[in-house]
Amino acid sequence: MQLDEFFVTGEPLIYIGMAAIVLVSGTILFVLTYFKKWKWLWAEWLTTVDHKKIGVMYILLSLAMMFRAGVDAMMMRLQLAFPDMNFLNSQHYSEVFTTHGTIMILFVAMPFLIGLMNYVVPLQIGARDFAFPFVNALSFWSTFFGAMLFNISFVIGGAPDAGWTNYAPLAGSELSPGPGINYYLLGLQLSGIGTLATGINLMVTILRMRAPGMSLFKMPIFTWSTLITSFIIIFAFPILTVALALMTIDRIFGSHIFTLTGEGLPMMWANLFWMWGHPEVYIVILPAFGIFSEIISAFAQKQLFGYKTMVWAIILIAGLSFVVWVHHFFTMGAGAFVNSIFSITTMAIAIPTGVKIFNWLATIYKSKIIFGTPMMWSLAFIPSFTIGGVTGVMLGMAAADYQFHNSYFLVSHFHYVLIPGTIFACFAGLIYWFPKMFGFQLNRKLNIWAFWLFLIGFHVTFFPQYFLGLDGMARRLFTIGPEWFTLNFISTAGAFVMGAGFAVFVYCIVYSYFKSTRDLPGDVWGVGRTLEWATPTPVPKYNFATLPDVKSHDALIDMKEDGETTFDEDKLESIHMPNYTGQPFIMTAIMFFASFFLVFEWITLASIGLIGIIVMMYVRSFDYDGGYHIGVDEISKIENSLRGHDNE
Amino acid sequence: MSEKKHKYPWNHIIGFVLSIALTFLAAWTALSSDLPVMWIIISIMVLAVIQALIQLFMFMHIVEKGAGDAPWNMMFHAAVVAAIVVSGSLFTMSFGFTHDHGGGEHETEQHEEQGAHEGH
Repeated sequence: MQLDEFFVTGEPLIYIGMAAIVLVSGTILFVLTYFKKWKWLWAEWLTTVDHKKIGVMYILLSLAMMFRAGVDAMMMRLQLAFPDMNFLNSQHYSEVFTTHGTIMILFVAMPFLIGLMNYVVPLQIGARDFAFPFVNALSFWSTFFGAMLFNISFVIGGAPDAGWTNYAPLAGSELSPGPGINYYLLGLQLSGIGTLATGINLMVTILRMRAPGMSLFKMPIFTWSTLITSFIIIFAFPILTVALALMTIDRIFGSHIFTLTGEGLPMMWANLFWMWGHPEVYIVILPAFGIFSEIISAFAQKQLFGYKTMVWAIILIAGLSFVVWVHHFFTMGAGAFVNSIFSITTMAIAIPTGVKIFNWLATIYKSKIIFGTPMMWSLAFIPSFTIGGVTGVMLGMAAADYQFHNSYFLVSHFHYVLIPGTIFACFAGLIYWFPKMFGFQLNRKLNIWAFWLFLIGFHVTFFPQYFLGLDGMARRLFTIGPEWFTLNFISTAGAFVMGAGFAVFVYCIVYSYFKSTRDLPGDVWGVGRTLEWATPTPVPKYNFATLPDVKSHDALIDMKEDGETTFDEDKLESIHMPNYTGQPFIMTAIMFFASFFLVFEWITLASIGLIGIIVMMYVRSFDYDGGYHIGVDEISKIENSLRGHDNE
Repeated sequence: MSEKKHKYPWNHIIGFVLSIALTFLAAWTALSSDLPVMWIIISIMVLAVIQALIQLFMFMHIVEKGAGDAPWNMMFHAAVVAAIVVSGSLFTMSFGFTHDHGGGEHETEQHEEQGAHEGH
């Protein structure tokens, strides 16, 4: 293979991308070397099995990916700003919308939420760590390397260009030869291993490691939503794994599962994809509902209204999420009977979702709202998300869907549910738990700027797109005609306001790092209701010195009434902790290279990689590292120094 | 942690080898056994059931006591989801290839028809 076939050539924008990659990686290498941080990086982060550090790394990965996919989005909006723009050509535009969608769903929304779950769930249930800390580290690194594999595609070999849904037969080897689609298949496969393992890990953690007295119906609502989400992950992700594997076999080894020739069944890809894909959208929305529920009840200073109905609504949504997938391809021609059934199941989802909306409203009804910044995101979520939900019901009507299908109406709908739902929740959750994670508050003023810019930018971007859709503009068009100019231009302006909002948010983190005060109390916001706020800030590496008996789902409120803390000197015992290990990082790095070789269909090199993975699994199988213990004296010392501030 | 005896995991090794062997057997049956199609399908199904049992008994702790009823709960849900995947796919995909739904012929459908014919 020639070098100019290996690297993507001839696109000025991609040369800029290459230069940026070289500059950023060069700077990182220089800073690490100059400040002699290599050892710190390896010992503190790359080998860690601590759920708190892994959670932070997930969130950093997600923010970086949000930047990348956000740049994709702004490039698309620029191309669509004026009729017949010549900024991106059709091939490049296809690559950009494909990577935008795939990255936003799989490498922004999922890692962000899983990062928050990683950090918060063990603290909410009074656990020391995940049930399987080693597997947790492995999950993160496979997500990380999956994301990296997907991201290098645009400079090495060419990016995938068949949309984030990657429909066959377009994505098959006849119509899309070359490494592009292979990147999609293997990048998602690699990160999918991590997601599935995290689902199992979280479920075991929540079912087996709760504090004494915490029955399932005394769990905080975010933990509940995480439990249900991990349930969906466990049952939905294997479908994606199988579908990806089948298409990989099709493309690399020439089978005929989704091909047009040889009795292949291309529509089966759409079917399998959405059997995973629909539960997937609930995987990214249910934890968001959990985060909003926590924040709304905390800042409304009231018990969550209808806790039990909230839980049952989540369970019902999770159940229904497995029986609605056909609504993503009503126009495939499955017939009126099939479409009617899936139309009804789809509309049924609006019922439990509506229950949740009314429960949030009832929670803030007649309450004394404290307008903390997380609460502002949460309050903005309710009306914005409802617009997305209502248009969702419109799309769910099979007959009407023949009009809306594949138009900007649909594009606007899913951005209206995913951004106010998932992305607002990510911002709200990050701001809410940020002081717990890092020991300092984010600057309120800058945060409010970021919030208003992002919120206004969001509505200006996507509200006009509903009308563009009704005016007949199809999705994935790479140029527009003059009749769609005005609304598209407004939409593009909004996208840049959103971008500015994100930039202010990132600046806010940097600013606060230098300017904010440290020495925060355990219950940083003063409104915490759940166990994570009972720990001192910053959280000691073993989380809880001692655990209280949990009596309700507002554990901290009860503890405050009884004057309890998580440091009861009489109950202290030595704590068993897992050792850090470099194995997960090394194993997934080998997987990364094996997958990379498979992308280029270099079978020999890929097989060598496979042997490397098996060797690492062998090493792990006979690794009897039992961890270490933290003695009572040391716990006392740590807790006293952390709580010195509290006791004044 | 107290020192535990580390028994060699024979159970897992045997299970692993067996499941790999069964996979190869299934691949061989499909690719080069020259059995009639119906018998290929039947034998692959039988192999799949044996495979599932190996997983359940040698890896999934189904014979262990004391962990509560969680495995049964999950197995029930897994069976439900598997049933949805199989019957749902059949339900959805079979209607796309017939003409007896109100005479509405759509473009996608015609493509499908052509695709299927070319294959023969």
